[in-house]
Amino acid sequence: MSKFDFEIAVVGAGPAGLAAAALAASKGASVVLLDEQAEPGGQIYRAVTETPVRDRKVLGPDYWHGAELMGPLRDSGAAHWPGTTVWSVARPREDAADGHRPLQIGLSRNGAAAMLTVRHVILATGALERPFPIPGWTLPGVLGAGAAQVLLKTSGLVPSGATVMAGSGPLLWLLAWQYLQAGARIDAILDTTPKQNWRAALPLLPGFLRSPYLGKGMKLMLDVRRKLTVIGNVTALRAEGAIGGDSALKSVVYTRNGAEHRLPADTLLLHQGVIPNLNLANATGCAQRWDEQQRCWRPTTDAWGATSVEGVSLAGDGAGIGGARAAEEAGRLAALDALHRLGRIGREQRDQAAVPFRAALDRALTGRAFLDTLYTPAEAFRVPADDTIVCRCEEITAGAVREAVRMGCSGPNQAKSFLRCGMGPCQGRLCGPTVTEVIAVERGVSPAEVGYYRLRPPVKPITLAELAALPKTDADIDAVFKH
Amino acid sequence: MFRRLPEIETALNAAAEAVAFTIDGRPAKARAGDSVAAALLANGVTACRNTPVSGAARGPYCMMGICFDCLVTIDGTGNRQGCQVRVSPGMAVETQNGKREVER
Repeated sequence: MSKFDFEIAVVGAGPAGLAAAALAASKGASVVLLDEQAEPGGQIYRAVTETPVRDRKVLGPDYWHGAELMGPLRDSGAAHWPGTTVWSVARPREDAADGHRPLQIGLSRNGAAAMLTVRHVILATGALERPFPIPGWTLPGVLGAGAAQVLLKTSGLVPSGATVMAGSGPLLWLLAWQYLQAGARIDAILDTTPKQNWRAALPLLPGFLRSPYLGKGMKLMLDVRRKLTVIGNVTALRAEGAIGGDSALKSVVYTRNGAEHRLPADTLLLHQGVIPNLNLANATGCAQRWDEQQRCWRPTTDAWGATSVEGVSLAGDGAGIGGARAAEEAGRLAALDALHRLGRIGREQRDQAAVPFRAALDRALTGRAFLDTLYTPAEAFRVPADDTIVCRCEEITAGAVREAVRMGCSGPNQAKSFLRCGMGPCQGRLCGPTVTEVIAVERGVSPAEVGYYRLRPPVKPITLAELAALPKTDADIDAVFKH
Repeated sequence: MFRRLPEIETALNAAAEAVAFTIDGRPAKARAGDSVAAALLANGVTACRNTPVSGAARGPYCMMGICFDCLVTIDGTGNRQGCQVRVSPGMAVETQNGKREVER
């Protein structure tokens, strides 16, 4: 009987996790792929094995590429545990007698908590949509564009009634294009890409000209611009409910060239790029840094995805945004390095096998700097005005955060005790980057100096009953008894 | 407001794929594979709860398990993430008023 349940656990079944699990298991390692969703694919390939949207031209060829990752996973022999929420990754305090230091994963599955012992963890937790705090973004009827895309992929649902899309970035254009293919109604796209971004992005254009995305991206944007109303240079946005009511969205108000305009809307889809979903890495103790170009926090990793925590690596957008194809290659590189660390392959064998994956990763990342720079959201949409809610869970406004700074609050962790900001069930996922930047601007220092929330397990809520039902060691029981 | 793509709606009306469930006691219909949050939106329910802090109405926002705005009571258990639970035949979904209640 092995001391380990599995040698390698991969968390997240998006492109990085699928590729990592398939490669590691195909080389003979015992691997489990843990994923919160019912079907593999992550968000980018969500429902690719079962989507009701059968007409392949609606979701497009990049989406259907995800289906090609399923065969290798099946053939690899990796265990796949869907519907599994990982809420902690930690190394128990006491070392095993023989010097092995396993990692313990806390998870919930079928309504019960369990601990899993493994030697190596590859976090492939992917990305989430960057918060887009505008007045009224909490109204029912306002959703992320990514959320709307999930509704299309999983359920074949498209907006009905007056529909406005607003923001910037590739996903906004992709979703608009998919809606066009599907025959869905879009009344207007409000483009918030700042004009001055073009000046900063132009020197990076030569790199983008070699990007595999250039042709596809241009065709898609031209299609959308030809067929839909696109309103550019939008500098302010707010969502409004009925007069005197806040139960549902009624209109979108936008500012262009200094003048306000109002559009009736039943649905508003917001998007201004994606950022790493770093809660699990942060709570595991992985060091992270502020990325000035992508304007987000990203865990620190080496060329193989290894983090500052021994035995824990990161692959894909969770380590910094590179897109789905880059994530896939990063997953393979992390898997090779894990195999090497576990003694299954030598260093030379690892380096040799990595050559094609590294070349493909470089290709996939070509032109990324241009996109990052062009689609950096305007400060007004990252650092909102006082009346805007930043923490959706605790309903804390940007004004309240600024007031706390004036009273001596110097960073996000203090903001928790001042305001309960970031302490709701989403655990800062929808406010963290905003709170960092609001405090940084108010204090006149860099986001790096302000820092981020220190997160702790469980990174997803679990019930007391689940926790209490976990098996306990004598040491665990001893630790809570008063002697 | 959301609607099904026409061919999916047609298949749903014809087939055994349809899942019968209830929203606050009213009969409703979803597609097998829908999350509870998607099923609510498909049935015209955009607001699924009032917040415990101010009582403001909220509806699904991220659809991927991170925002916790789609919390609903499912088969008597409060604070379930509607976007992370698949709808099943006979399921009783209730919109939620404020905090989760004791024993629910």
